[in-house]
Amino acid sequence: MSDTAVAPPKAKQNFRGNGGVRGWFGRQPTWVRAIVTLVALGLAILLPYAGDVPLIGPQIVTQGIDWPSSLFNMSYYVLLALGLNVVVGYAGLLDLGYVGFFAIGAYGTALLTSRDSLLYAHSGWSWLAAAPVALAITMAAGLILGWPTLRLRGDYLAIVTLGFAEIIRIVATSTPNFLRGDRGFTNIPHPPGQGADGKPIFGVTDATPYFWLGLAVIVVVILGVRNLDRSRVGRSWLAIREDEEAAEIMGVRTTRFKLWAFAIGAFIGGLGGVLFAGEQGFINSQTFVLQFSILVLAGVVMGGSGNMAGAILGGALISYIPDRLRGISDPFFHTDLYEYRFAIFGVVIIVIMVLRPQGLIPSRRRAMELKDREKEVAPL
Amino acid sequence: MSEPHIETPEELDRSDARPVDEPAPTGGSSPSSSATGDPDLLLEVDHVTLRFGGVVALNDVSFSLRRGEIFGLIGPNGAGKTTCFNAMTGVYQPTSGAIRFQGESLVGKKKHEITRGGIARTFQNVRLFPEMTALENVMVGADAHHKTSVLSALFRLPRFWREEKSGRERSMELLRFVGIAHRAGDVSRNLSYGEQRRLEIARALATDPTLLCLDEPAAGFNPAEKVDLLALIRRIRDTGVTVLLIEHDMRLVMGVTDRIVVLEFGKKIAEGTPAEVRDNPAVIAAYLGVPTDAA
Repeated sequence: MSDTAVAPPKAKQNFRGNGGVRGWFGRQPTWVRAIVTLVALGLAILLPYAGDVPLIGPQIVTQGIDWPSSLFNMSYYVLLALGLNVVVGYAGLLDLGYVGFFAIGAYGTALLTSRDSLLYAHSGWSWLAAAPVALAITMAAGLILGWPTLRLRGDYLAIVTLGFAEIIRIVATSTPNFLRGDRGFTNIPHPPGQGADGKPIFGVTDATPYFWLGLAVIVVVILGVRNLDRSRVGRSWLAIREDEEAAEIMGVRTTRFKLWAFAIGAFIGGLGGVLFAGEQGFINSQTFVLQFSILVLAGVVMGGSGNMAGAILGGALISYIPDRLRGISDPFFHTDLYEYRFAIFGVVIIVIMVLRPQGLIPSRRRAMELKDREKEVAPL
Repeated sequence: MSEPHIETPEELDRSDARPVDEPAPTGGSSPSSSATGDPDLLLEVDHVTLRFGGVVALNDVSFSLRRGEIFGLIGPNGAGKTTCFNAMTGVYQPTSGAIRFQGESLVGKKKHEITRGGIARTFQNVRLFPEMTALENVMVGADAHHKTSVLSALFRLPRFWREEKSGRERSMELLRFVGIAHRAGDVSRNLSYGEQRRLEIARALATDPTLLCLDEPAAGFNPAEKVDLLALIRRIRDTGVTVLLIEHDMRLVMGVTDRIVVLEFGKKIAEGTPAEVRDNPAVIAAYLGVPTDAA
């Protein structure tokens, strides 16, 4: 964002993609980049078995929560961070109520599938059938919220989105028959599929398949967002973020593209909610508290707003750090460190913001494109 | 993609030959009397008044631009030049009066609609997208007439490839036109001041304008750079684009424009060819602060 303008010369050099891992990565030919990407993906797929790696493994895996469940948690947090990154990082719209879309995705799934739902007599669908409908509802919610509010700027938009998420939660709490408050929805079906032994792939004992499902969705989302980013749409978002009025005077339909950013963000948030409902089998209004939005936003900013690698890292960390703290007791009072998660988390965020104010992996989208462009421009 | 702004001399001749209801207005005539059907008439500012609370920024200003000319809008600081610009590009809405572009009213139109309709502009204080490369800045301008939206971009449909390719080629061509092709891959924040000014012109040209409005393009330029800029403005006109120039530097304005309107305190005080304006006592008074009777 704008604070890059005052970045010291050293950071500027990084910006050009000369140093560091990403600078190296950007200079490699396509096939090297493809191999590196595939290896990274392969390692991600093998993550559930990280505990088997000698020495390092036991340090990485969580103790108070089984490791595959923790990985699944990370996967939907990463999804949310990716979605919020489109809204906040690309289009520059401060959305403080992102959990609202996560909630709509989850509630949409629950309403269409759970036996507790008022609609059960009419629907009672499978998870897979409910997912697209829930996503369509989420996207529509994004458009309905965005249409009147995107004319607002900065702080006002933040307040309205904050209110939106709270409205969803309060409606859920106060409609005992429709969204069922604290009692919530039980028996939300799991994703379909049977293994060779006739047992369902997506069971209740092992979360590994859910993690892989989440990972697959993340890969698809990354490819989609990347395609958008490197197109007229991404340019319009960036132009809006940098100077909205100048963008409009250059012919960018600002309202339309901001609305798209909102709808796409909502869609990805809804995906997270649909996956979450499918894994947990149970949701209630306690899940969708305000802290959740703030946490995801903290993840995006911590990782590096406007940069997908940063959002992924940030999203994974906001889920991993608290999970890793579970089951470790502090030496004085012997309480679970998990109870101190927000305190510890706060310290971590402060440290990161002091050391790397632009996030762990700051947006250097430009740096990589620069390399591509230089090649094209050189023959002139 | 159609490129309406590049008009060959033949086309211009043809438009001249078209029958008109009234004879084309000669220099200095009142625009309100001219026919809207006149094909030569590009932009009409018709008795425009613009008030901000009690401040009258523009007071009953009228003038008109003809196709293919370089038109100067000059006046001392605070005369309302940029306000006039902003009214034309949709940033402000006039309190009263009308602005017509190619016979169509601009009042109430959105900024991006006006741009796509054929009016492009640069800014007095350079307003590029600082984190984008020079090429990308220009491509944002080229995107104004593109139709690639989320679905085409997401699934990389043929339209995406076609428009991305043509947009990139056109943008490179414009960077070469303004003479900064070698900086195409550089982030625009890192460009020199002069290069940034040129980049703004390229970005505006990328929207395929019929009318290009330059807001003090020579501000902060040294004499050599000003000479280059003059040549660039002439070359832009030679491609068929009408140019509206706001400028402080009288020598630059006198050297390049075909006609000039002088504003002072939001009022039009003179209109005519550079030579006519230069000798106008009111203009001399406005610029030098001499009472009219002493001039």
